[in-house]
Amino acid sequence: MAEVVLKKVSKSFGDLKTIRDVDLDIAHGEFVVFVGPSGCGKSTLLRLIAGLEDITSGELFIDKAQVNNALPSQRGIAMVFQSYALYPHMTVYENLAFGLKLAKADKDEIDKRVREAARILQIDHLLDRKPKALSGGQRQRVAIGRAITREPKVFLFDEPLSNLDAALRVQTRLEIARLKDQLGATMIYVTHDQVEAMTLADRIVVLNQGRVEQVGSPLALYTRPLNVFVAGFIGSPKMNLLKATVAAVAPGSISVRLPGGTQLAVPLARDPHGVQSGAEVTLGIRPEDVGAPTNGTARVSGRVLVVERLGSESYLYVRTEGEQTVVARRGPGATAKAEEPVTLGLPAAACHVFGPDGLALSRPVPAAA
Amino acid sequence: MAVAPSSLPQPEVIGRPAVALAPSLLTRQRRRAALYFILPMMTVLTAVAGWPLARTIYFSFTNANLDNLGSQEWVGFANFVSLAQDPEWWRAVLNTVKFAAVSVSLETVLGLVIALTLNANLKGRGIVRTAVLIPWAVPTVVSAQMWNWMYNDLYGVVNAVFLKLGFIDHPYAWTASPSLALAAVIAVDVWKTTPFMTLLILAALQLLPQEIYEAAKLDGIPSPKVFYKVTLPLIRPALMVAIIFRSLDALRIFDLPYVLTGNSRQTASMAVYARQQLIDFQDVGYGSAASTFLFAVIAVFTIIYITAGRVRFDTGR
Amino acid sequence: MKPRRIIGTTLFYLLVAFIVVYTVFPFYWAIVSSLKEGSALYQIEFFPKDPKWGNYAAIFREQPFGRNILNSVIVAVTVVSISLVLSVTASYALARIEFRGRTPLLLLVLSVSMFPQVAVLSGMFELVSWLGIYDTLWSLTLSYMILTLPFTTWVLTTFMRELPKELEEAALVDGAKPLTIITRVFMPLLWPALATTGLLAFISAWNEFLFAITFTLSNERRTVPVAIALISGASRFELPWGRVMAASVIVTVPLVLLVLIFQRRIVSGLTAGAVKG
Repeated sequence: MAEVVLKKVSKSFGDLKTIRDVDLDIAHGEFVVFVGPSGCGKSTLLRLIAGLEDITSGELFIDKAQVNNALPSQRGIAMVFQSYALYPHMTVYENLAFGLKLAKADKDEIDKRVREAARILQIDHLLDRKPKALSGGQRQRVAIGRAITREPKVFLFDEPLSNLDAALRVQTRLEIARLKDQLGATMIYVTHDQVEAMTLADRIVVLNQGRVEQVGSPLALYTRPLNVFVAGFIGSPKMNLLKATVAAVAPGSISVRLPGGTQLAVPLARDPHGVQSGAEVTLGIRPEDVGAPTNGTARVSGRVLVVERLGSESYLYVRTEGEQTVVARRGPGATAKAEEPVTLGLPAAACHVFGPDGLALSRPVPAAA
Repeated sequence: MAVAPSSLPQPEVIGRPAVALAPSLLTRQRRRAALYFILPMMTVLTAVAGWPLARTIYFSFTNANLDNLGSQEWVGFANFVSLAQDPEWWRAVLNTVKFAAVSVSLETVLGLVIALTLNANLKGRGIVRTAVLIPWAVPTVVSAQMWNWMYNDLYGVVNAVFLKLGFIDHPYAWTASPSLALAAVIAVDVWKTTPFMTLLILAALQLLPQEIYEAAKLDGIPSPKVFYKVTLPLIRPALMVAIIFRSLDALRIFDLPYVLTGNSRQTASMAVYARQQLIDFQDVGYGSAASTFLFAVIAVFTIIYITAGRVRFDTGR
Repeated sequence: MKPRRIIGTTLFYLLVAFIVVYTVFPFYWAIVSSLKEGSALYQIEFFPKDPKWGNYAAIFREQPFGRNILNSVIVAVTVVSISLVLSVTASYALARIEFRGRTPLLLLVLSVSMFPQVAVLSGMFELVSWLGIYDTLWSLTLSYMILTLPFTTWVLTTFMRELPKELEEAALVDGAKPLTIITRVFMPLLWPALATTGLLAFISAWNEFLFAITFTLSNERRTVPVAIALISGASRFELPWGRVMAASVIVTVPLVLLVLIFQRRIVSGLTAGAVKG
């Protein structure tokens, strides 16, 4: 098992720079998820690690050896592709064995490894079938099995669940989690679905336009996003990001005012350097933190636009007096109706403030976390 | 773990500047493989096409003769000068151009008509499609002979049917008559090649999104207008490709005129003329000059087509 | 139905009928003529009152037509096989490996297929004489390559382009070298494409006339197109047309059947080569 280290890795296609100076340290046995919107470069980064694309500049180390120049099959990696990429004319057994056969492994060794992988993934009864006789979920498991037989140092997953329907996706996600514990291998997983990221990852790497926005555990990304992008990307439904102006800066807190008049003092851990009164900032608060107006919380009034009832919870979309839209989470039995006036409470402790440059102003660590 | 012996390169020295690196092993391996993969094909192609072409061009500057190739002398542009002054040659050029222009136009129009017919979802479509493939499947020489027989002045069926229907009042010698021979050749080419145009146009028609036609129907636009304003512009690119391909083919035609009318000067194409000089008259120098001229004409057209086509690809795609 | 629609539909079906008759009649007439012997040829009968098979026997008796067919088959099969073998690897490189000069090379290959055959005739004649293969099948095998090789390369390149990239990448991760990818991953998927390309190349080699009539002399070496162009009658006074038509039918029926059976494949192969080009 191995660690993966990227030092200032960049990738350009001609003049177009798609990966910019990525530094990353992935520990041995870690499950790391690359996540980001379409076009952010997460798949490209994975393919650079795999060796399917050339690194333009920077260095890549797998298990302490520099592998920039090595063939994919020499790097000790195995990859699970989005479309599974099973060899259509070979049986499942042959698909699993192909890589080992090419490496001229001993026949008994091949058989042992293939059957072991099949057992782990519960596809032993499918070994004689061809891919077209398999369901989507079965094909996906064969693809994973092919990776397992290589006994790689690093597993690479390129959006493996995207082609499955919703129910199957959840089920397979659980199986991958189980696999993670069973194999204890270093795994790098690419997805655009942040639910997959949150549930599977030891650490998440959020990418945007070829740059790393933040790296951290799911919870750290959720509670302490370092910038507006990460704040808006992680968490579903999205965090409310409201434009506000700085009313005043005091030691340990910053006072911001929303259009519409609401003002609240958000506690800070450090002085916000360079942010003065009148500056334009972004106030962030998650829908589940937007509560009922109680004593001591700032209030914002408005009109309900739409109520979305999901059964287990409801979401109120509120148009504030300041012409901003705020989403608030309520219980299943919420009685609010469209066009009704409503008042929402914004607890300052749950708020994030992002400076004019988009970076988060640091908050004090919550006591219970 | 090492079933696949990982021969990783040496770990680099720490502190190495991160500059743009040379292509990876994978890229280099593939490029080297590309060389080995393409070399055999290119070698054969050079030997079979490049070399003979070069020799032909060379011969056109000599006074080579067929029975003693190897003892020719350089004569410069003499052959080309003779060619330029040869009325038979220019007759052949004219024949070829007339042939190409009329054939390709007729084939395009007919091909369009048949393709539209096939595209319309009516019963009997399968029969038409099968029928239309037959002229294409028939070898060129066979087509020529079939029509040769049909054109026969005494016993041919064309004369018999036309006489009976009153189109003509006496039998014509279709392939021998100076005024009719070229038309006769064109008719056979149209018969033979319309399927090809039909298939290409049909393929283009079938790629068109059906929603446009449904929308036009809802808007009540009459069919002819739909054709001119919607269909035709949309298939124009494919149509242009087909026309250009066919024109290039038509300009270099040999088999059809030769089998139908031999070396007859009324129908000789440039290729027929060149071969006659080369093989029948054994004048390799002169025949090569004619061949080179034909090649140049085709080359110019091909280059125009390819560069125009590439420009289209770069901007359009 | 409105009167206008009845007229429209009738006209349409008339058009269809006309198209079918126009395309099929010459072939039908050839069959009918092949069944007429001697003086029966002088009469125009659309259905032979007294069909005779004499012509068919005669062409095998009076000239080595069987041998001619064999020659055509040998040459076509050889040329197509060699072309396919050379093109498979070349097309992989041209379709899927990026290198400088790839596009010009591809266009060069395409442009060779545009050569007028007569433009290489004198050079080829010199080559054939020098190799001493005049009036042998080797001269045809050699010269036909100029027709089939660019064609198979171009069409196979188009097919190679469409194979899924992820399949190739999976093979790379598994440690496959480029040749292994071609032979063990792509070839099994390419059989239909190879068959179609081979069939189309076969038809064009089969049809070839100019080189065949220039490089062969004796009856025994002739290929089918040349034989059909030069068939003579039983005597100086007899029309050869019955015989010619019989030979034509023999040669055409299998081809027509082949084309009809594989029509879908052929159409996609033709349009892949032309429309996408």
